[in-house]
Amino acid sequence: MRRRAFLLVPFLIGTAWAQPEPRVIAIRARKFEFSPGELELKLGEPVVLELTTDDVHMGFDAPELNLHADILPGRVARVPFTPRKPGSFEFVCDVFCGSGHEDMGGVIKVIA
Amino acid sequence: MQAVDRRQFLKIAGLGGVVFASGLARGAEPYGAAQDEFFFVQLSDTHWGFQGAPNPDAAGTLPKAIAAVNALEPQPDFIVFTGDLTHTTDDPAERRRRLAQFRDLLAGLKTRQIRLMPGEHDASLDNGEAYREFFGPTHYSFDHKGVHFIALDNVSDPKGAIGDAQLGWLKSDLATQKADARIVVLTHRPLFPLYPQWDWATKDRELALEALMPRRNVTVFYGHIHQEHHFKTAHIEHHAARSLIFPQPAPGSTPKRAPVAWDPAQPYRGLGFRRIEAEPAEYKLTEFPLVGKA
Repeated sequence: MRRRAFLLVPFLIGTAWAQPEPRVIAIRARKFEFSPGELELKLGEPVVLELTTDDVHMGFDAPELNLHADILPGRVARVPFTPRKPGSFEFVCDVFCGSGHEDMGGVIKVIA
Repeated sequence: MQAVDRRQFLKIAGLGGVVFASGLARGAEPYGAAQDEFFFVQLSDTHWGFQGAPNPDAAGTLPKAIAAVNALEPQPDFIVFTGDLTHTTDDPAERRRRLAQFRDLLAGLKTRQIRLMPGEHDASLDNGEAYREFFGPTHYSFDHKGVHFIALDNVSDPKGAIGDAQLGWLKSDLATQKADARIVVLTHRPLFPLYPQWDWATKDRELALEALMPRRNVTVFYGHIHQEHHFKTAHIEHHAARSLIFPQPAPGSTPKRAPVAWDPAQPYRGLGFRRIEAEPAEYKLTEFPLVGKA
């Protein structure tokens, strides 16, 4: 009995301190769009943005949320993030990628 | 940072433009014997090679602007083009064809002193290689009648940064100037965070401004945003020029960054160039809207 209780201690401690797993959101970049181009997040919900590119070097920049990543071909750029303020926040590709680059952006909507 | 007071604009009868008086810092010395008054012309964002609904007369707009500059009397001492001379293309041969056509069009300007710099459409896809083949270095400085001009390249890096090497060059170049020298910076992207949500900024702007800030008399002329805009970071004034292909909306004024639609009733609306008069204690900016039938 004493041995069983001893074994339960680390499990209980681990459970008490466990954080919810962040939601993973995949975002694909290609000339000249992000997919999805609109994200809806809950205030305080931790997420990880996983960014990939189908073609050339791209960028992801959401200046109001202080989020930035280089998106390199063949790699996954991971951006952990917990929204702390509600609202709509624009993001853009900030690595010039050709004619149409200026159209390449999206919005993150944080819902309270 | 502060917006420049729009009340500083003065309508000047007969010029067909709007004059902006851009004052130098208090204590700036007048020109004196070594400094003559002069003016130059700024054209920007010509995007030669563009095709699309925002400008159905894309091939006719730059020739029209060249004719309008040639009609100025007297002629400017020199002409600057602050980037995006050509519209980008993924095809290196087509890029060179557009640069060659642009160079050939410039031969029609009466004023032969022409200063160029690239925009991201000219240089970002090949780090300025084709541009340099046609027009030489992408950053440089020169002096004219007591004013030190610095052309900064914030586009050959597709991330929109100036880069450590060029920033080092900038500091060395500034070190050759007296503390109260009149300095004009010519560049493509804004050197302050005008609207980073639309990528209207320079990545390492803080380092460039840090180098310029100790200088008492610095004025920046730039392009990129396709509209007239005036701003101050401390004592440094920043003036954006209109485009010669299509206007863009005011920063953050629309859900998406997209060209303002062409209006057949008012062709070329929002397009134009500017004259910059260097006077003893200020720069006078006169905007010349492009007018005429398409």
